[in-house]
Formats: sequence, structure tokens, C-alpha cells
Amino acid sequence: MSAHRWRLLPAVALLAVAALGARTVRSQEIFAGKYPQQSGEDLFRNICQGCHMPDAKGAIGAGSYPALASNPRLAAAIYPITVVLHGQRAMPPFGETLSDEQIASVLNYVRTHFGNRYRDLITPTAVNARR
Amino acid sequence: MVREPDAPMSRRALFRMIGAAAGSAVMYQAMSELGYAGESGYTGPIQLSGNVKDTSVLILGAGLAGMSAAYELRKAGYRVQILEYNDRPGGRNWSLYGGDTYTELGGFTQKVQFSEGLYLNPGPWRIPHHHYALLDYCKRLKVTLEPFTQVNYAAGLQNPAAFGGKVKRYREVQADFQGHVAELLSKCVNQGALDEAVSAEDREVLLEAMRDWGAVDASYEYKKGLLSSERRGWDSDPGGGTTSVPIPSEPMALRELLQSKLWRFIAAGHIYEFQSMIFQPVGGMGMIGKAFGRELEGVIRYNAKVTQIRQDANGVSVAYQDSKSGGATQTASAQWCICTIPASILGQIPLQVGAPMKNAIDALYYDAAIKVGLQFRRRFWEQDESIYGGITFTALPNALIGYPSTRYFDDGPGVLLGAYTFGANAFQIAAMPPEERVRKTVEWGAQIHPQYNSEFQHGVGVAWHRVPWTLGCAGHWTEALRAQHYDNLCAIDGRILLAGEHASRIPAWQEGALLSSLDAIRRLHQRVLASGSAA
Repeated sequence: MSAHRWRLLPAVALLAVAALGARTVRSQEIFAGKYPQQSGEDLFRNICQGCHMPDAKGAIGAGSYPALASNPRLAAAIYPITVVLHGQRAMPPFGETLSDEQIASVLNYVRTHFGNRYRDLITPTAVNARR
Repeated sequence: MVREPDAPMSRRALFRMIGAAAGSAVMYQAMSELGYAGESGYTGPIQLSGNVKDTSVLILGAGLAGMSAAYELRKAGYRVQILEYNDRPGGRNWSLYGGDTYTELGGFTQKVQFSEGLYLNPGPWRIPHHHYALLDYCKRLKVTLEPFTQVNYAAGLQNPAAFGGKVKRYREVQADFQGHVAELLSKCVNQGALDEAVSAEDREVLLEAMRDWGAVDASYEYKKGLLSSERRGWDSDPGGGTTSVPIPSEPMALRELLQSKLWRFIAAGHIYEFQSMIFQPVGGMGMIGKAFGRELEGVIRYNAKVTQIRQDANGVSVAYQDSKSGGATQTASAQWCICTIPASILGQIPLQVGAPMKNAIDALYYDAAIKVGLQFRRRFWEQDESIYGGITFTALPNALIGYPSTRYFDDGPGVLLGAYTFGANAFQIAAMPPEERVRKTVEWGAQIHPQYNSEFQHGVGVAWHRVPWTLGCAGHWTEALRAQHYDNLCAIDGRILLAGEHASRIPAWQEGALLSSLDAIRRLHQRVLASGSAA
């Protein structure tokens, strides 16, 4: 029986994939290495908070991750656009894995949350201009 | 990368002759002018001969790069001291055991509950047979090695979007892919499609090779039968006595196999680093760091967070604080400094070097990677599936399941590597709290092994962007970045040299860290001897 166990799998596996549904990354997207999230909040929760932390206050160890919360450097839109697109020192670039729309969404979310109150919205066009 | 073993060897011989005849200072000058001072490779323990007159070297970081530098320099007569951020030696050479507590950035703390002798290697976990320096250090430090299995023909390949999510055995995909390709190529030959490219004489050999390589039959067909089942396995294995008739298995259809993309996982084991033999230390990769740490007892200052690095014409002065309690700034000084702090951290520390080195440090970000270790009540992969070591690859976000290459046939419990992911998946998994990383990894794995649902006990998940002392797993080089910055990163800046995997052409591998370090101390030693005094 042992050598054949995997031959009994398909029905179980299908059910499991169906149950994961929309909450999980689809396999095509895994092969492509892209991010499925579209809303600013979803993007922040699935990418940014890995380093900048769920409260956006950053963290300190041997080095540090800067706080995005109440950060005056987010005032001029061009700065965060450039950093997200092209990276900066320890910050990896996301220009190849996020669309203009996704970058605009996540920046608009961060610039209007965590103590940031910047009223000017960043457009995908403005992101694209810095590529 | 194409290697040219002959040419560098002859250059090396030339430099040795110059060195022997005219002294190492002249040799160094000749090497520098010819641009080969950076040449590396490993031909045995480094020989740093000559009187270094008690010259002092401060080493930053007690990973393999820093510790190998201290070990060799001390042997050559240097006074050495290491500053290390962590409370243990090893750096990314690291294993987590039951009883360990790991706190990542953000304060998320995991208490590892693995049973006695079980472990997760959050960082490196395999040593290729051609990583000569690392293998030699294991031998010299008496670190016992055992085989690490990369390719296991019984392990699985899975894509939830293909074959209804059913797991295929590596041997089935391997045999069917080769068989179908052999059949197609044979058809091309027999239909005259390759007459221009292959001579009549070679066409016969090619057809013979296709029969041999692809297990196609006499009419060049790859189909269900004894030939193909000898490669891909049987529906019922040949037996003895009255139950001995084997039942061949049905190959996958070409179209379905191609569209499944499962063939992409076959190539992994063909990569130079993943070819047999591969080794692992008995008891966890961290055994190497521990062995170095024992050798360097008293040399390493633990819990030291470097806050500033300054230099002048005579030496280097490094400010540091206690990494746990903070407190007053202390200073360590020496005539020279080997800095192995990851570029991701070093870029944030005030560092007195020229723009070329500073720009090189700032050009590197560190890649995302996550590893999740899961403990199960029993080794069901062995007991139910006959998988002893090796790797199952999947298109699910956990990317792979690594089975332990040790303690085979143990009743259990056992620890699997449940996820090892880079790129977009790693960023997303890093963004989860540790317990969710573990929970999701169990969910994904249960689609491959339903036994997860009943046998899972507990796990630990390490996301390298949350590791307080690296901010990522390894330096991200591109060819363009190398062309622009690599030489500047490796150059000597006054009294400071950098070393580590990031200063190597084998990034992310321990061998790269060692070769980088050995090359750095060789150049440092040449400088010290060339200066004529030990000043």
C-alpha cells in the first residue's frame, strides 16, 4: 500500500485547492513571481509590513527599518515612488513585481494612514513617469 | 559561468615565482598591476608566512567569513579580536533546536519545541562536494559530515493546476519527459528533418542514443510497457513466486506533461551546486559555527552592536554597544579591520571609507527568503511514501518540502523543511506573524501529504527580512551591479577590507564567504609584509 498512497490523492488535493480559493495566490502568479493584491491595505499587509511592521513604526536590530508612520519624508510623492520602484540601500526595488496601479494604491494607503495625512493622491501615471 | 582552470593556474605559478624571487611586496604589486590580486580558489590551508610583528586586526562579525579570518590570522601571528552582534558564533550558519528562543524584528518571539536532536537550518543546509574550502574546514575542525540528498527519484513534483493537483513522482516526470522527447527527436531523424544538421553516420548513433536515453522501443515509441516502467516505476512491482507478474504503469500524455510545467523542477538537480555528492554536518549546519566558536574562545566579544567605524593612517577605531542592554559606547581599536557585516546593515553604520566602497555597499539590497520547519509525530514520508531524504517541489507558495537526510527509519517524531521560498512568496510569508507562516505551510503541505492533518505537532518559521542582524538572506547581485561595484567592494580602503558572501562570486553560499575571507586576509598579509614594518 505504501508505494501507491499518492495515487489516491487527486480528489483530496482538488478539494484543498478549491477551499483555498481566492484567499491564496494562484499557481500562475507563483510562477510569475507577481503579487495578486490590488488594494493599498492588502498590499501593505502582504508586503510592506514584513519589514516596516504591522504598525508601520519600523524596527531596530543590528540595523533598522525606518518607520513609515508619521514620516515627513512621505510628503513629496516623488520620494516614496522612487524608493518603491528602484529600491534604496537595504530596501529592495519593487518596480518589476508591482504595477503602477499597485504602487499608487499602496502609497496612497500609507500616506493617509499611520499618522500620515497627505491629501494629494498619487496616480499610476505619476508612478509610471519615474520608471 | 565558464571556468578556465588552466589559465589562472599558470598566472598563479608566475606570481609565485615573482614572490619567491623578489618578495611578496613585489608580487603583490605585479598582481595588482595585472589585475589578478582578486583571484581566488582553494588549494589547501592558507599559508601566511613572514614576520607580522604582532600586527593587530579587528574583525567585525563572527560568521564563517569573520571566524575563518580570525582563525588563520591568529595562526600567522596576528593579534585578533572579533565583535559579534549575536550571543553565539556562526551568523547565518545556524540551526534551531528544541529549547531555543528566537526573536525577530518587531519582537515576534518563537519558542522552538523540536524534540531532542531535531533541528531546522534557517540558513544554509547543504555543502556541495566542490566547496573545497568549507569541506576542508569541516575536516580541520572535526565537524562530522553525512550525505545530503538533493535529488530523490521517489520524491514528488506537484502543481495544483496540473493533473488535478495529483503529486507525480520525480522518476515519472523524468522518465516521461525524456521518453517523449526521445520519441519526437527519433521521429525527426527518421522523417529526414535533421538530415542537414546530422550526418547519416551520426543519425544512426543518435537513434541508438535516443533508445538508450529515453527508453523508447524498437519502433522509437515511448509507451506503456516494460521498457518505460523500468524507468518510471510499475503499477505493481515484479515479485516472487506466484505473485511475480509486474504490471506496467501508464506514462503521462506529452501534452499534459508539457502544460503541467513539472519538467521545470527536474533541472534543479542538474545545477552544479546541487549535483551529488552533497553533505551536511551531523546534528545541523550550525555545528560548523559552533566548532569555529570553540577554536576562538576568548577572541569573540558577543552582544556587540557596531555603531561607527572610523580609520586614519595608523589604524581603525570601532564604536560598539551592548546589543541587548544598550548602555555606554565602547571602543575597539586595531591596525587593520576585516569587516564582514552584511552590506544591508553596514550601509546604515557611519563608515569612514571612500565613495567607491560606500557606493558599492549601498548598491546591494538583500533577497527575501523564508524557511519553515515542521515537526510531525511520525516520519510518514518514509513509512507511507518510501521517501528517504530529498526534495518534493511544488508550485504552491511553500515551493518545496525537504525531507531529513538523516535518522532514516526512526519511529519519529521527525522535522521536515515545510517551506523554502524566495521572491514574491517569501515577501508575503515574511509579512505574516510567525504562527501564521507555520499554519499556512501546514495547509499547503497537506495538499501534498494529507498525513499533515493528523501528524503535525508544531513548527517554526524564519523570514530573513525579519532577522535582526541581516535584513535579508544574501546580497542581491546582478551582472550590471557587479561590473559597476564588485571590484570597489573588494578593494582595500585604507585600513579596511570587506569580506563575506556578498564579497564573493558565489553569493549566498558559505563557500563564497570563506573564499572571500581567505582572499581578503591574503591581500591584507601582503600589505602588512610590503609595508616593511608592522605599523
